[in-house]
Amino acid sequence: MSEQPKNTFAPSNQVLMIKIAVFLTLFTSYAVYSTVIYSKGTESEIQLTGPQAEKVAQGKYLYEQYNCVACHQLYGLGGYLGPELTTAYSDPQRGEIFMKAFLQAGGPRMPNFHFKADEIDAIISYLKYVDSTAVTYKSTP
Amino acid sequence: MLTNSNKFASDKTAKAFLLLSVSYLFLGLLLGVIGGLQYILPPFLKEQLAFQKTRPLHVYLVISWIFTAAQAGLYYYLPRIANRPLYWRQGAWIHFYLHTAVSVFIVSCFFLGYFGGREYLEFPPLLGAVIMLSWVPFAINFFFTLKPDYKNAPVYIWSWSTGILFFFITLSESYLWLLDYFHTNIIRDVTVQWKALGSMVGSWNMLVYGTGMYVMEKMSGDNKANRSPLAFFFYFLGLTNLMFNWGHHTYIVPAAPWVKTVAYVISMTELLILGFIIMQWRKTMTQARKNYHNISYRLLSYADIWIFLNLTLAIAISVPSWNYYTHGTHITVAHAMGTTIGINTMLLFASVFYIIQKENNPVFEKSKPQISWGILITNISLLLFWGSLLGSGLLKISAKLNNEVFASIMQKSQPWFKLFAYSGIAIFLGLFLLIYTAYKTLAANSKKNHLIEEELVTIQSANKVAEERT
Repeated sequence: MSEQPKNTFAPSNQVLMIKIAVFLTLFTSYAVYSTVIYSKGTESEIQLTGPQAEKVAQGKYLYEQYNCVACHQLYGLGGYLGPELTTAYSDPQRGEIFMKAFLQAGGPRMPNFHFKADEIDAIISYLKYVDSTAVTYKSTP
Repeated sequence: MLTNSNKFASDKTAKAFLLLSVSYLFLGLLLGVIGGLQYILPPFLKEQLAFQKTRPLHVYLVISWIFTAAQAGLYYYLPRIANRPLYWRQGAWIHFYLHTAVSVFIVSCFFLGYFGGREYLEFPPLLGAVIMLSWVPFAINFFFTLKPDYKNAPVYIWSWSTGILFFFITLSESYLWLLDYFHTNIIRDVTVQWKALGSMVGSWNMLVYGTGMYVMEKMSGDNKANRSPLAFFFYFLGLTNLMFNWGHHTYIVPAAPWVKTVAYVISMTELLILGFIIMQWRKTMTQARKNYHNISYRLLSYADIWIFLNLTLAIAISVPSWNYYTHGTHITVAHAMGTTIGINTMLLFASVFYIIQKENNPVFEKSKPQISWGILITNISLLLFWGSLLGSGLLKISAKLNNEVFASIMQKSQPWFKLFAYSGIAIFLGLFLLIYTAYKTLAANSKKNHLIEEELVTIQSANKVAEERT
C-alpha cells in the first residue's frame, strides 16, 4: 500500500502477532459461544410431535408468508403498528376468540387477508405454542 | 487503466454505486413517509399498499443505502490507497448489475406480496443467496486491490476487512432457520434472528465507521491517529461488540441466564468507541482544513452528537430491569433511527460529499448553501422524530403498567404519532436536498468525464492519422 505513515508507529512483527492473537482469540470465542448458544443456551422444554407439530408448522409458515412480522412482534421481533403477540393467546383481554375475529375480518389497521378456517386454526395453534414458551413474559423482572 | 495520478478508470463504477445508493435512500425515505402516515391515517393505502408491504420496502431500501454507499466509497478509495487500478473492474460492474437486479426482484416481490417473513430479511430466502453472490466480486476487489499489509495497515483497513468477512458469516447465519433444528424451536429461531441480525448491523457499522475514519484521516492530514495502539484497542472493543452485543435484545427470550449477563456487560461499551475516536480527530483538525471541508466536517460533527445521544439511550435500555419495559416500544426504534440516520447517514454523506468535492469542485461549491440547509433541516427534524419515538414509547410503558388495551394505547399515542409522521416528512425533505445535490453534481461530473473521454478518442484518432501520414 502506498499511503504508508511517515511517523514513529512502525509496528514490529511482535505487535502484528499480538493483533492476530487477539483477533483469533475473539473469533474462536465467538465460534464457541455461537455453538453453545445454539445448543444448551436455547434448549426448549416444549417438544411438539404428531398432528399438533404439523398444525403449528403450518401456522408458522402462514405467519411468515403473510409477513405478519411487519406489524406484530414475537419476542420483540417485528413492527409496532399491531399489538405484540407473544402472550396474546393467554392474555385475558385478547385470547383465541378475539384473535380469530381479527383473522377473519381484519381491523382498522389490519387488512382482511381472507384466511380460510383451517388457516386461522393453524395460525392460532402457532400463537398458542409461542405463548406456552413465553415464561419470561409472565414473570415480572 | 490509470489515466493520471488522481483519476482511475474504476471511478466511473464508484460513481454508479454512489448514484444507486442515493436512489435507494430516496425510495426508502419515500416508503418511510408512507409508512409513517399509515400510523395517523389507518385507512391510507391499507388495501393497496398495506404496512405489511411498506415496512419491508422501507427497511430493505434504507439498509441498501447504507451498504451501497459504503461500497461506493470503497470502490473510490481502494485504488487511491493501493495506488494501483482496481483489481477486477469487470467484477465491480458484475457486482453493480447483480446488486441492482436483486433489488428489482426484492422490491417486486414485496409489491406482489411474496415474503420470506423474517425480520429485516422479509424477501424470499433464495434472494439472500443472490445478495451473497453479489458480494463476492466486491470482496475479491477489496482484498486483491489492497493486498492488505496488516502489519502497517491503519485501523480502517482492519475495520473494512472485518465488515466484509462478517457480512458473509452473519448473512449465512441468518438463514440457519431453514434447518428444522432451528425452525421447530421458537426460542432458537428467535435467537438466531436477533444474533445474526445484531452482528450483521455490526458488520455494516465496521464498513461505515471504517469509511468515516478514512475520510477523517484524509481531511485532517493526520495519519497517526488511525495507527495508534488506542485506535486498535477501540477496534477490538468494537469487534467484541459485533460478536456479542446483540444479546441485549434478547433479555425477554427465555434463553439461559448467562446469555443475558454476557450481553449486558458487553452492551455497556457500545458506541463509546467511535465517539472517542471522533473526539480525538476533532482535536487534530486545523481551522483551515475545517473551512475547506466544511460540509463533511459538519456532517461528521452531527454524527458525533448523535453518537452521544444514542450512547445514553443504549446504556439506559441495556439495563435488564428497564429493558423489560422498553422492549417492544418505539424506544427501541428511536435507538435504531438515531443510529441509522444520525450516525450512519451522516458519516456516509460525509464520504459522498468528500468524493464529490474531490471530483467536481465548482458545481459542489455552488451547492454548498443548499447542502447546509439540508443538513440542518435533517438534524432538527431527526431530533423531533427521535423525541416523538421516545414519547410514544414512554406512553406505551405507562399504559401497559395500567393494563390498558392496545387500541386505547394507539389512540392516546396519536399526538406522538403525528409528530413522528410530520417530522419524518421533514427528514425526507432535508435529506432530499442532499440527495438532489449529490445527483446534480455526480451527473454533471459524469457528463464532464464523458466529454474528456470523447476528447481523448479524438486526440488519439488524430495522432493515429498523423502517424500514418508520417
